[in-house]
Amino acid sequence: MTPLMTIEDLAVRYGKHQVLSGISFVINKGDYIGVAGPNGSGKTTLIKAMLGLLPVAEGQISFNNNAAHDPYIGYLPQKAIQSDGLFPATVREVVAMGLLAPKKGPRFYNASDQEKVGKVLKRLDIADLSDHKIGNLSGGQQQRVLLARALAGSPSLLILDEPTSALDPQIRESFYELLGDLNRVDGVTILLVSHDMASIGKYTKKLLYLDRRVIFFGTYEEFCSSEEMSSYFGPLSQHQICWRHS
Amino acid sequence: MYFDLIVESLEFDFIRRALLVGILISLCCAFLGIFLVLRKLSMIGDGLAHVSFATVALALFLSASPLIVTIPLVVLASFAILALSEKAGLHGDAAIGLVSSFSIALGVLIASLARGFNVDLMSYLFGSILVISRAEVIISVVLSFSVLAVVIYYFNSLFVVTYDEDFARVLGLNTRVMNYLVAILTAITISLGIRVVGTMLISSLIVFPTVTALQVSKGFKSSILIAVTVAVVSVILGVFSSYIFNLPTGATIVLFNGAFFLISFLVRRLRLV
Repeated sequence: MTPLMTIEDLAVRYGKHQVLSGISFVINKGDYIGVAGPNGSGKTTLIKAMLGLLPVAEGQISFNNNAAHDPYIGYLPQKAIQSDGLFPATVREVVAMGLLAPKKGPRFYNASDQEKVGKVLKRLDIADLSDHKIGNLSGGQQQRVLLARALAGSPSLLILDEPTSALDPQIRESFYELLGDLNRVDGVTILLVSHDMASIGKYTKKLLYLDRRVIFFGTYEEFCSSEEMSSYFGPLSQHQICWRHS
Repeated sequence: MYFDLIVESLEFDFIRRALLVGILISLCCAFLGIFLVLRKLSMIGDGLAHVSFATVALALFLSASPLIVTIPLVVLASFAILALSEKAGLHGDAAIGLVSSFSIALGVLIASLARGFNVDLMSYLFGSILVISRAEVIISVVLSFSVLAVVIYYFNSLFVVTYDEDFARVLGLNTRVMNYLVAILTAITISLGIRVVGTMLISSLIVFPTVTALQVSKGFKSSILIAVTVAVVSVILGVFSSYIFNLPTGATIVLFNGAFFLISFLVRRLRLV
């Protein structure tokens, strides 16, 4: 197991209101971690802090120093910010945004960037949509485009914030299958935030359960055999998660 | 016959100057317009134009060059709008409304204190591109090229910030600096543009080309291309038409912009693209 990112004793506050405290866990290369917890448990706050969108009050978030290139986190939000049909952006233009992270100065695209965009569109099976306006696509197609944008820059870690909350159940399943495939076949390290405990249990390899602090972090085997978790969740809820995973 | 008049008009220095300055400023407006309109900040152009009314009044009152006085003060006003939105927790439109109405009141006050320059002030209200001086041409050319160079340099970054500010921050872009950059460039463009179409109409040069492009374009780059074409062609048609038919130049330019919007709107409604 190669550590990729270490979160140590992290605390995040909104003004005087403490949202997260004492958060510590390690993300290894190739992990697929599901982040779950009740409403207001700090799931989105955690990923915003990891992405640098919120200041860290205490503790630290650090990438493994042995990283071959500058670490970059790919990010997939709940839905496209500009999802209406009037915003003029083609799929190719949106995906290319993901390549800007390592660029300095004018951040112009070159021929190899166009090639990378073509590859990721093909990998996610949306090459035929490359010249379509993103706002004219379905919710599922838009999420695939944003996933392609997050993957375009070959991120060290991919963070997804409730990516399927606006999708139909059938499209949701195929989206989760695609993520699983990216993790298994392409070796993408993934942190997936979701309310959907059943899907998290079914598709991810590790569970991080939050309630303003870490309630559980580990593999499903550890989770399912933990008496502490049985008493925390109740045997029935624990079984439902474990049954989906097996 | 019209062609002969166009050729004849090009012999005049003031027409050539008007075309040069008009085209450059309309290019700046079109490039910036797409970022402002898509971020729902179209009214910042209108607000800063109102500020420029007060600054021109002040410059005339002090017998100073309106352009020299206007540019720094309008830049400061754009900062004030951003600061009010960020620090005072006001929505962007409310901050623009505050600064804009305060400036108009100030301008009217200064104008009433010095009745002698009301005619000059009127020329800034509705534009007077045909009487632009050589010094103003030089300043306008230098600043327009600077604005265009900065927008092109930061083009891809500005696109990401416009599309998804959170994602831009994840990419490591300083979105706050980008917002202030757009504010500065807009302030400079507005200050230059009031000579072309006046404080009352300058925001139309920012809004019309972009909304025209949005009716028919699929992508961001194609939108810019359409907006730039509409902006430049409107200036050229406006300058020549005003010469041939003896019409006010600024208003004619805006009306051509309006006509292009109507055409693109109909093209979209009739699903021709």
